Amino acid sequence: MTSEELIPHLFRTEFTKITAVLCKLFGIEHIQVAEDIAGETFLLALETWSYKGAPENPVAWLYAVAKNKAKNILKRNQTFSKKIQPQLKNSVVTSSEIEIDLSEKNITDSQLQMLFAVCHPSISAEAQISLALRILCGFGIEEIANAFLSNKETINKRLYRAKEKLHHEKVQIEFPSEKEIDKRLDNVLTTLYLLFNEGYYSESSDNILREDLCLEAMRLTYLLIENEQTNLPRVNALLSLMCFHASRFAARKNENGEVVLYQDQDEKLWNAELISKGIFFINKASQGKIISKYHLEASIAYWHTIKADTKEKWESILLLYNQLLQIEYSPVAALNRTFALSKVYGKQEAIKEAEKLQLTNNHYYYTLLGELYKDINNTKAKQYFEAAYSLAKTQTDKRTIKKKIAGL
Amino acid sequence: MDEYILIFRHEDGKKIASPEQMQKWMKQTMDWIGGITAQNKFSGGNGLPFEDAKVVGYNGVVTNGPFGDIKETIGGYIIIKADSTDEAVEFAKGSPVLQGEGNTVEVRKIAKRDGVH
Repeated sequence: MTSEELIPHLFRTEFTKITAVLCKLFGIEHIQVAEDIAGETFLLALETWSYKGAPENPVAWLYAVAKNKAKNILKRNQTFSKKIQPQLKNSVVTSSEIEIDLSEKNITDSQLQMLFAVCHPSISAEAQISLALRILCGFGIEEIANAFLSNKETINKRLYRAKEKLHHEKVQIEFPSEKEIDKRLDNVLTTLYLLFNEGYYSESSDNILREDLCLEAMRLTYLLIENEQTNLPRVNALLSLMCFHASRFAARKNENGEVVLYQDQDEKLWNAELISKGIFFINKASQGKIISKYHLEASIAYWHTIKADTKEKWESILLLYNQLLQIEYSPVAALNRTFALSKVYGKQEAIKEAEKLQLTNNHYYYTLLGELYKDINNTKAKQYFEAAYSLAKTQTDKRTIKKKIAGL
Repeated sequence: MDEYILIFRHEDGKKIASPEQMQKWMKQTMDWIGGITAQNKFSGGNGLPFEDAKVVGYNGVVTNGPFGDIKETIGGYIIIKADSTDEAVEFAKGSPVLQGEGNTVEVRKIAKRDGVH
């Protein structure tokens, strides 16, 4: 690897580690300082390595530089606080030698604790995801803006406000207490779930970026599984769900970047290794007594890894959606349940149920009605598809619906 | 929107259904509730198994099961949300319990804790 390739690669993997460790050391109020030190470290690497070539152990070099920069800042602050606060006898930073621990264990611990800090309920879900992408996944502002189909300015503002809020709320970078862990973990899982979905369903045309988002969500979820206290059934269920979904990555888009619907996908393109990983984690997830929404969604995703339409498949999916809706209602789940119902009891039966849903501001609702009326009453089907078309917001959705109209 | 309780009354709680029949009912009940849940109008519910049921009477007299002089018994209930009693009744009509002759579903509005009801 040349230094030109090496630095971006290391940036992805090491920037977040350095930031997490330093931020843990300094406290969340100095998150910007931690980011700056990590950033400057890479800048120095870029300047030095381009001329002298990369050092023998680039990671050790980065850690050493980051450590020195951090120590300098701490010393400077020490002098500063000594001068203005001489009355403080028991200053916290009295030792002349400051330890900055960049061991593998401390890196993992710091990242895990940062994950809990970033997923703090005091900031919005969008801000949590943006912060996670920046601090824990090492994404650039432009990449985050691209993923959210937003601009750099908006993302910068969002990140700034989120950091201010975390500071204001005095959020600690620590592992939540035994009592709190369950509640806080739910929030972390929601953020990771949204982070994954952001990649999976993103409108961004950048395929690599979208896949990266999903892989990062999976990496962070795996971090929780590797930790004894957070290696809980629902965490395994979430990872299983992600594996099953990710297994269809290559099959979901054609060479023109257009979405290929599930029933039209070439199952030879499904990733068998990810499917078997998904099965592994769903088995691990089934050890507890509690069935979370991740368990149900993972089970539904599992059935979707079997392409053939069998009675057993759709009866199982219908049952799972029935249960999922009881745990957490969502319009998408209600629509998918009705689709499963049509596979089990036929279209006529499903139409009756679908018309009761009245999700009239949802284009998927009209798409579903169009699908159900197809071959039963094509005039009605067309009307519904057209209603869906006028409600659809994204080009991808509009294109998909247009194809359906043409196929009537 | 009001909440209504739908109470399933079985004409004869002692009747024993075959496992296949039970499984069929279970599935139908799940699908029926699923349909209500898909409309975001399901609040909760429980099945009430007949076995090991007790009735505590006057002076603390305990008898087995709710089946005394009358055979009729309650098999379960669900709580739903509906805009009107009529809508609640429509939901009740779909209950698989009604496939058994003599069985009924009682529809009752749940009192709001507003000091009026």
